[in-house]
Amino acid sequence: MDYSTSPLSETPPPPPAAASVSGRTVRPGDRIFLGLSRGSGVALLVIMAAIAAFLTYRSVLAISGDKSNFFTTLDWNATGTEPKFGIAVLAFGTVVSSVIAMAIAVPVAVGIALFISHYAPRKLASPLGYVIDLLAAVPSIVYGLWGALFLVPHLSGLYGWLDDYLGWTGIFSYSNGAARSLFTVGILLAIMILPIVTSVSREVFLQVPRMHEEAALALGATRWEVIRMSVLPFGRSGVISASMLGLGRALGETMAVATVLSPSFLISASLLDPGGGTFAQNIASKFSEADTFGQDALIASGLVLFVITLLVNGAARLIIARRKEYSGASS
Amino acid sequence: MAKRIDVSGLNAYYGAHKAIDDISMTIEPRSVTAFIGPSGCGKSTFLRTLNRMHEVTPGGRVEGKVLLDDENLYGAGVDPVAVRRTVGMVFQRPNPFPTMSIFDNVAAGLRLNGKYRKSELKDIVERSLKGANLWNEVKDRLNKPGSGLSGGQQQRLCIARAIAVEPQVLLMDEPCSALDPISTLAIEDLIGELKERFTIVIVTHNMQQAARVSDRTAFFNLAAVGKPGKLIEIDETERIFSNPSVQATEDYISGRFG
Ligand SMILES: Nc1ncnc2c1ncn2[C@@H]1O[C@H](COP(=O)(O)OP(=O)(O)OP(=O)(O)O)[C@@H](O)[C@H]1O
Ligand SMILES: [Mg+2]
Repeated sequence: MDYSTSPLSETPPPPPAAASVSGRTVRPGDRIFLGLSRGSGVALLVIMAAIAAFLTYRSVLAISGDKSNFFTTLDWNATGTEPKFGIAVLAFGTVVSSVIAMAIAVPVAVGIALFISHYAPRKLASPLGYVIDLLAAVPSIVYGLWGALFLVPHLSGLYGWLDDYLGWTGIFSYSNGAARSLFTVGILLAIMILPIVTSVSREVFLQVPRMHEEAALALGATRWEVIRMSVLPFGRSGVISASMLGLGRALGETMAVATVLSPSFLISASLLDPGGGTFAQNIASKFSEADTFGQDALIASGLVLFVITLLVNGAARLIIARRKEYSGASS
Repeated sequence: MAKRIDVSGLNAYYGAHKAIDDISMTIEPRSVTAFIGPSGCGKSTFLRTLNRMHEVTPGGRVEGKVLLDDENLYGAGVDPVAVRRTVGMVFQRPNPFPTMSIFDNVAAGLRLNGKYRKSELKDIVERSLKGANLWNEVKDRLNKPGSGLSGGQQQRLCIARAIAVEPQVLLMDEPCSALDPISTLAIEDLIGELKERFTIVIVTHNMQQAARVSDRTAFFNLAAVGKPGKLIEIDETERIFSNPSVQATEDYISGRFG
């Protein structure tokens, strides 16, 4: 074969009119739909790129103007000629409050979801599921108000008790202030993400194929053993996804945190004492009074939150993918 | 290990719908009994009443007596979970636990029943897989997921899982209907071997299969759609297929049904 005249280089690209000549019919509906979907796809990418460019640009302005280390400074002073600010406190507060929230919410949510899907009589299951779904729709400021007016005053007692028995750890030491601490934020966030985690987990548990459950039943499994052998393994990746949804909400929650927390730019080992801050809460409380450079600084912190969220989601995807081989979805 | 089953006056319901009506029969130990009959006549329902699986369906309800040797499975104070540990079941569609390895699938029932040492567990799993004629095909990949096997292999895995706990009775609901002829033959051979140790009840739509594997055959029928299914007759398989005592049985077997 003569490679110098390969068909690729010989054949000229078909002219645009070729579509109709080659006998392919293109109906107007197809063309409009193609144009619309392609157009919106492109528009979406352009908008995303524009947002990313804007955020990155302003973040770079802020970080290069920062007179101290952006990642380790325990302060937020983005005004004047010597601006010094850093995200250490915000990153700590955000991660800690979200971890507390997940540690409380996920086990409880899985328990409620299992109760609704596998234990509750049907008469009770549907109203219960409905109430949970309803809770997911309560605006976060309402949770915030409830947290500030009810949760905060009622938690001091619990914190005092924790201090008595676990105060020596340092994490649970408490010095009798208002309970406007990261731990309170964590509890409130747990309550807020409980409905969404419950509701998604319940859906997943209800989808476990009958035949997997009967396999366990026929071996003489009790109800709990059926759940352990068939329901939980099948629902595992769904529960992880549900938790990620909840975590996303916890990481980004603004109003409720701002209402409950009494912020300060200190990292304290005690999670029960007031103080600390989160990315979203800090942005919300400072943004309206900030000058342009102050806004840039807040935008930079928002970018960090975005990166943390991405990392967490990526990790969750990895966990799910690693056990794909064993996932119940294929059979 | 094998036990006799004695059923008397058994009715089963789905909610208000009566699925089977007043069934009485005796199933001999160490034999294969086949259930045949048209679709919807209640074979699966009846089979599932024999290990108290019927009542896990919402609305499922049973009246009557099922004696396993001398113990009534529906007696007061009988734990259905314990019943299912003595009366094993293999389903129409192979249903290995998809998240478990081949080894863990076979060991699943044992782990429910109590504590075994690792070496004991290994021995029982090997013996069960050999008993299900699957050992040679999977011995090199016991740690791979059970859902990665072929349909026929999966069904034999389910049989291995069921016999690993040494049940008294093994119930099989159309165990070959999702399988090719070769896998079907493998399982029929296996049934022949298993009846040395277990009482076996098998539901099948395949007349040749019933004739090949069973010692006794029960024919079920229903008067009309929506009516409960009834036991028409139960007899030696040879007699059912050569000279049944009820005309309906002969019509069904020779294809003159309906
Ligand atoms: N889960 C259920 N809920 C309500 N009715 C059911 C249910 N399962 C079966 N039935 C009804 O009970 C009757 C007996 O069904 P069953 O499955 O026992 O028949 P079968 O003889 O096994 O049929 P096939 O040969 O098609 O498997 C049928 O009328 C069926 O519609
Ligand atoms: Mg059936």
